[in-house]
Order: sequence, then C-alpha cells, then structure tokens
Amino acid sequence: MIMRFLHKFSSPPYFYSISGRLLPWLTALFLALLAYGLYGGLVTAPADYQQGDSFRIIYVHVPAAWMSMFIYVVMAVSGAIGLIWRIKLAEIVSISSAPIGASFTLLALITGSLWGKPMWGTWWVWDARLTSELILLFLYLGVIGLYNAIEDSRTASRAVAILALVGVVNIPIIHYSVEWWNSLHQGPTVTKFAKPSIHIDMLIPLLVMAVAFKVYYVIALLLRSRNELVQREQGSRWLDEILENK
Amino acid sequence: MSDFLHMGGYAFYVWTSYGIAFVVMLIGIIKPLLVHKQQLRGLKLKRQRGQR
Repeated sequence: MIMRFLHKFSSPPYFYSISGRLLPWLTALFLALLAYGLYGGLVTAPADYQQGDSFRIIYVHVPAAWMSMFIYVVMAVSGAIGLIWRIKLAEIVSISSAPIGASFTLLALITGSLWGKPMWGTWWVWDARLTSELILLFLYLGVIGLYNAIEDSRTASRAVAILALVGVVNIPIIHYSVEWWNSLHQGPTVTKFAKPSIHIDMLIPLLVMAVAFKVYYVIALLLRSRNELVQREQGSRWLDEILENK
Repeated sequence: MSDFLHMGGYAFYVWTSYGIAFVVMLIGIIKPLLVHKQQLRGLKLKRQRGQR
C-alpha cells in the first residue's frame, strides 16, 4: 500500500499537481503554529533566571539548528535513494533541500552569535559546537556548488549524493560536540534522556516553533522541487498539458 | 508594551535575531515563487514560437 502510494507520489505529474493543492493548507498550518509559538515564546514564557530576556533567542536559534541537521539527513538519505534506485524525485528532493538547509545553518550561526555576545561576551569562539556547525554550512555550500558545476543534472545528482553522504559524519559530531569537548556552548536542555531541564512554559513554545519550522521546510521544499522538476522536464507531455490549461 | 520591546535590555540581540530569521525565511519562499513564474512564462513563449 505504502509502496504503491510512494510510487504514485514520485511520478512527476502527480507530484506537481498534489503539491500545488497541498501548499495553501501547509501555509495556513505554518502561520498558525508560528503565531502560537511566537506568542508563547515572546510573551507568555517567563524570563530566564540567569539569562533574562536574552534567552528568547532560543525560539529561533534552536529550531533553526535542529533543522540544519535534520535537513542535512533528509538531503543525504534522499540522495542515497536517488543513487541506488535512480528515482528522479528523490534526486530533486535532495538537491532542493540544500539551499533551505544552508539558510537554516546560517540562521543558527547568526542567532547563536547574537546570543553569545551578551551571554558569553563574544560573537564567536572556535569551539567544537560552533566550528562543526560552520563546517555544516560549508558542506551545504559545497553540495550547491558541485551541483551547479556539473551540466547534466542526473550526473550532478549522483556526485552530490556521494558528497552529502560523506558529510553525514559531521552530524553526530555536531550533536555530541558539547559533551565530547569542553565548550562555552550550553549542554542539551531538551534532547536529554532524563527530564528536560527547561520549564514547561518555555518548552512548549520551543516545540511548537520546531514543528512550525518543519512545516516551513516542507513548504520551501515543495516550491523548490516543483521548480527543479519543471527545469528537468521541460518539453515533456504532462508539462505541455499544464501550460495549455493556464 | 515598551517593556516588551525593551526585552530586559537585550532588545538589540533579540529583535535582530528575529528580524534576520524573518527576512531569510521570507526570501526562501519568495525566490522560488518568482523563479516558478519565470519558468512558466519562458516555457509558454517557447511553445508559442514552436507552433508558428
């Protein structure tokens, strides 16, 4: 059942039409989650007893950092699927994820810097967490650069998938960096196995924002994938039919 | 309200973070939308030329 659905979903014309119908709903869901998360994070959550109101940067910083790693894994896994089974849509999802992941990585770095300055007294330190996140940004940029450097998009997808897969080693390094090395960066507050060390009124908006960012990723991914699909499929019958009806 | 904007003295850091996030995420939506429009326009022109 699921395989049949996936097979159908991965056919270009079906993907194009269903994604077009999904987008308005996803946008509404995203805006609702965002409004709730922002209100909870900026208004109802109490100020931190150590960091005051500066901790509110957490509501963009942490979801952005989570997304930067999550999207990388999606990019690498779909790249591998494209590599093994030659599924066109998997290649498209993989390469379309790269710029979105790069922008979340950039956001994690910038908001982290803006948080670090008032709390640590410095914009940047070359410690393990910050450096490995910066390497993640370079991996994304490498993927985008490599893809654009190769003319044939299917060859490019294969090359990029290999690069993305090699770079996956960086993901656990980022996650465990605050435990393996001494760092200015605070340890995990949410993803510990014990009880999270964060107040529930602070935690709920954070989780809502994390879900909102995930929905945003799906929206941006669908938009970019459609473009990549149109780029690759120009001249095909199904695309001509869509153009005729416009 | 002014207390809210003041953010306990961290207004610059907090609002710059949110501002940059807003701009980056907005561009991430608008850019692909514009590209899509361009693509469809380009393909339509190509077709019309082909039919003549």
